[in-house]
Amino acid sequence: MKNATLWIKGDIQMINMKDVYKTYANGVTALNGIDIDIDQGEFVYVVGPSGAGKSTFIRLIYREVKPTNGTIVIDDTDLSTLKVRKIPFLRRNVGVIFQDFKLLPKLSVYENIAFALEVIEESPRNIRKRVMDVLELVGLKNKARFIPDELSGGEQQRVSIARAIVNHPKIVIADEPTGNLDPDTSWGIMRIFEEINDRGTTIIMATHNKEIVNKIKKRVIAVEDGLIVRDEHRGEYGYEA
Amino acid sequence: MKLRTTKRHLREGTKNIFRNGWMTIASIGAVTTTLLLVGAFLALMLNLNHMANGLEEDVQIEALIDLTAEEEQIKGLGTTIKQMEGTESVAFTSKDEQLNQLIEDMGQEGSTWQMFEQDNPLSHAYIVKAAEPNKTERLADKISQLDGVQEVNYGQDVIRQLFQFNEYARNIGLVLIAALVFTAIFLISNTIKLTIMARSREIGIMKLVGATNGFIRWPFFIEGMMHGVLGSIIPITAVLTGYYYLDNNLKDQINYAFVELLPFNPFAWQLSLLILLIGTFIGIWGSVMSVRKFLKV
Repeated sequence: MKNATLWIKGDIQMINMKDVYKTYANGVTALNGIDIDIDQGEFVYVVGPSGAGKSTFIRLIYREVKPTNGTIVIDDTDLSTLKVRKIPFLRRNVGVIFQDFKLLPKLSVYENIAFALEVIEESPRNIRKRVMDVLELVGLKNKARFIPDELSGGEQQRVSIARAIVNHPKIVIADEPTGNLDPDTSWGIMRIFEEINDRGTTIIMATHNKEIVNKIKKRVIAVEDGLIVRDEHRGEYGYEA
Repeated sequence: MKLRTTKRHLREGTKNIFRNGWMTIASIGAVTTTLLLVGAFLALMLNLNHMANGLEEDVQIEALIDLTAEEEQIKGLGTTIKQMEGTESVAFTSKDEQLNQLIEDMGQEGSTWQMFEQDNPLSHAYIVKAAEPNKTERLADKISQLDGVQEVNYGQDVIRQLFQFNEYARNIGLVLIAALVFTAIFLISNTIKLTIMARSREIGIMKLVGATNGFIRWPFFIEGMMHGVLGSIIPITAVLTGYYYLDNNLKDQINYAFVELLPFNPFAWQLSLLILLIGTFIGIWGSVMSVRKFLKV
């Protein structure tokens, strides 16, 4: 994979937030001044109680929401000055994974992943190759023709991961990716994340899964009441499950 | 845009036409109704205008001569008019000729006028044609001031009435058409809204993986355009066949010189093209309206 070749961990700043505030139109304040630096190739857990601002933090990175105040720089792109019509090009560099997978139910596994490449006008030959590569990576090569309903939850999440990374994004964001999965399946998903991370992709993962955070030790950012209250390398989950 | 992408948009847009079933038919029906009226109205308006202009071209001045005028004076008047600036031709018509013409024109009812043959109440007249139609009024004014001219007629009332009728017809027609165009646009934008809502999940994913708004918009744009184009098929057929029959049959049935339709070729073709363009415009506008509202980032 092309990202893997030139990557040196900790060298290049990937995400930088300075003094970021977010108040929604309905008056709810989600973030209260966030400062953070995340380098290329880092694996970061975002933890904290429900409603603390984790999701908002994540949604800022792929410009689903815009900060009320402060600056966000993603891979040298300043989001505060990013024109709306340029947002799609930011998102081609940020793969996103959700708790509910967000797959298209009528398309096969292969088509679901290819769809992500078709809409960015990739050539058919490249699409075929990339989809097969990524299916191999997530271990679903033999299920390419299945539709999502014929798969287990874990398999569906692997399809959604495959879709998120098929375009070789520099950053992968996952919002509670194991939230709907049983423990065994969750470990399988984590192995895939670790493998993607080993190839140099920066991973930001919001989670409530205490066991995973405490076992697979990575950087932990704890968000409470819209503030970062803890930022530790090889940190602990730190809350009662 | 790449050819492959263009094909994809066309395919997606066409698929939606069938997916939306009855709503598509309602939209297309609205466009069809609108365009049928637009077509009929435009054909009527343009022809009335054409006739009015033709009439203006044909206009001639009828200068009635005083009943008391002597023959000498009448001849002198003829020469004077001929020499006036802007006169193209002058022809004398005696009161007997005019009475005969009148009796002939009136047909059955003309016989009642025959009793006037002994004591003709009409005047001798000069029929004057102006060199330039739009200077008719000025020439008529000058002639009316000549000695021995009792009265001047140049059909001003007929032309004025025709133009006025044209104006009324146009205003009523425009209001009607505007209302229909809006109905059609509203129906189309509603249909496309259905498509967008049915595919909101797909659109969400497209946005997530970095599809440009233009890419997302195109299929809906094409769907709207297709509504317009499909909706113009029946109106265009109606215009072409209807005008063809009108053009062929009216010629033989109505003998008034000024009822002269615009020729089928090229008028009917131009009108068809115009209908197609209006239909396409309605379709595109309808889709743009709904897509803009729903695809905000």
